[in-house]
Amino acid sequence: MTATLPRELTHLEVLESESIHIIREVAAEFEKPALLFSGGKDSIVMLRLAEKAFWPARIPFPVVHIDTGHNFPEVIEYRDKRVAELGVKLVVGSVEDAIAAGKVVEETGPRASRNRLQTAVLLETIAAGKYDAVFGGARRDEEKARAKERVYSFRDEFGQWDPKNQRPELWDLFNGRRRVGEHIRVFPISNWTELDIWQYIQDDGIEIPSIYFAHERPVFERDGMWMAEMGVMPHLPGEVVQNQVVRFRTVGDMTCTAAVSSDARTVQDVIAEIAATRITERGASRADDKFSEAAMEDRKREGYF
Amino acid sequence: MELLRFATVGSVDDGKSTLIGRLLYDSKSIMQDQWDAIEHTSEQRGEEYVNLALLTDGLRAEREQGITIDVAYRYFHTPKRKFIIADTPGHVQYTRNMVTGASTANLALILIDARQGVVEQSRRHAFISALLGIPHLVVCVNKMDLVDYEESAFNAVRDEFAAFASKLDVRDVTFIPMSALAGDNVVEPSDRMPWFTGKPLLEHLEEVEIALDEDLDGRRFPVQYVIRPMREEYHDYRGYAGKVAGGVFRAGDAVAVFPGGRRTTISAIDTFDGPVEAAAPPMSVTIRLADDIDVSRGNMIVGADRAPISAQHVEGWVCWMTDRSRLTPGTRLAIKHTTHSARAIVTGVLSRLEINTLAEDIDVDGLSLNEIGRVTLRTTEPLFFDPYRENRHTGSFILIDEATNHTVGAGMLLGAIEE
Repeated sequence: MTATLPRELTHLEVLESESIHIIREVAAEFEKPALLFSGGKDSIVMLRLAEKAFWPARIPFPVVHIDTGHNFPEVIEYRDKRVAELGVKLVVGSVEDAIAAGKVVEETGPRASRNRLQTAVLLETIAAGKYDAVFGGARRDEEKARAKERVYSFRDEFGQWDPKNQRPELWDLFNGRRRVGEHIRVFPISNWTELDIWQYIQDDGIEIPSIYFAHERPVFERDGMWMAEMGVMPHLPGEVVQNQVVRFRTVGDMTCTAAVSSDARTVQDVIAEIAATRITERGASRADDKFSEAAMEDRKREGYF
Repeated sequence: MELLRFATVGSVDDGKSTLIGRLLYDSKSIMQDQWDAIEHTSEQRGEEYVNLALLTDGLRAEREQGITIDVAYRYFHTPKRKFIIADTPGHVQYTRNMVTGASTANLALILIDARQGVVEQSRRHAFISALLGIPHLVVCVNKMDLVDYEESAFNAVRDEFAAFASKLDVRDVTFIPMSALAGDNVVEPSDRMPWFTGKPLLEHLEEVEIALDEDLDGRRFPVQYVIRPMREEYHDYRGYAGKVAGGVFRAGDAVAVFPGGRRTTISAIDTFDGPVEAAAPPMSVTIRLADDIDVSRGNMIVGADRAPISAQHVEGWVCWMTDRSRLTPGTRLAIKHTTHSARAIVTGVLSRLEINTLAEDIDVDGLSLNEIGRVTLRTTEPLFFDPYRENRHTGSFILIDEATNHTVGAGMLLGAIEE
């Protein structure tokens, strides 16, 4: 007799199951995993999936935040609240401390960004914590170089990604073998799209920081994008601070994350807006990808996540 | 909405990138900034058309050399389904990449140039799709615009391919005449081929039945992780986390735990969102058992009515994936099968496949990069498995070189060796 399926699974259920499988594999096969949490919607969903993977036990690894010192206060608040709810350990790698200690040198000028410094602090935090697997919330639909990255992305002792020398990844059999000093970046939500993330946030009733919804804030225009006026970025000539109704499509360091004009005030509004948009989220709001066609690939080679 | 994973195989010359570009563009999955970027790059290079291959060729070396190096994943959706495309390159590292992309696909799109007919490469594509157990094949007879949309040209390709495919283990083959460049039968039906009564490609992708692709008879649950909360509230909780690899599990089911085959009953199937009545592939759940028996990662919970094969000496097809070494009798490797890791020694290389003729060459001493052959392995611990053609989850394995830690082989189990 052929058994019958209880019912068809939706694409979100299939994606959720795949991500939980990956997170459990890592917990089972690595000695010291950690989960990178930026406060962005992708890492919020990833953290939720980790919560689901081990319930009713607690998440068996710490949450790591690389704090550039240029964070939106709403995001830090959210992080602290979530970490307390989950009873999980928080490890903060501070770019500000690294600058103060003379370990990295801050860029200067109106286009200064701590994006590059973040990579150095990330690698240092991974080394100090002796983490052998680090979860990241990257998605393959975000960017061309990411479309070719494995779920288990091997990094040498310098944290570098070698795109030409990736391990083949077949079925759901992941090869997590590494030597001392090497580690694996793991991307459990590789196959999710921006729309999937939002639909999941909606279906699952996940709370997210308020800056993802339309609000009025002082901004100035740079390279065709709205940058938040938070007193950390010097202005270029002609850049005028003005109030606009905006929301953030991605959330990272203030110096490289721009807002978009929007009146989407609920998750449902956001989903409707994304479904209609003709511009990718990185194209709309990430200054860090605009430097060259291979900006992301180059940063990943240096150890960026 | 359901999820369909499909692999596209073929080279740039077959119009594969154009076809993917058209699916993405016509389903409005290419955003304006992506379009602007590739338009700009195409112009800079002096190309006459916007080069849709630039959408998928993401790595610096790929754009510089104008080749595709690696499997790229692309995403799009229609109101009916969400799609994940594993786009596998046609030339470089060909077999290795196709095996990788095909391993998780429900469906493969094989492109054939209508002017050329079934060429060697088409045979290879079809063979690897069949070997990897992809349940559905769609043969896109492309460039129909260049043969004046003639029915006879399509029929010739169809008949030739069907004759070849009848020798393979493929369940479902569909043929579609199209012009990816002109858009005939990709998203919209073509009025230039009124003789074709089938569906255009996108409609077929939206409607092909995939729910029955999983093995629903043999219940299989490889244990991934043991959940012990160590919290007052769940003091005695002990759950076995994993992803269902076959069959439908229900609370109350009689099950056996391998190794050993000890019998017990499922007391509950848990998820974060509450207990579930039934769990089928590919659900990730946590199973609780009625009896307190020792179960750990690498064990398998199975339906008591149908045991898997349990053996330490096995035979399977292996695709070798590295040029740094060869697979020869005596090679020692690490093996990963379901959630179980062990070591293996190659006891024999029985054949190497001539993919172009489908002949098996039995006078061989080993396998080199991109070669596929029948291999026997002895493992340090028994594997609990089903033949790959019955279950892709419990029938697949990877081989890892313990010196380099690289994944060097992909395997599909055929059965146990009688001792």
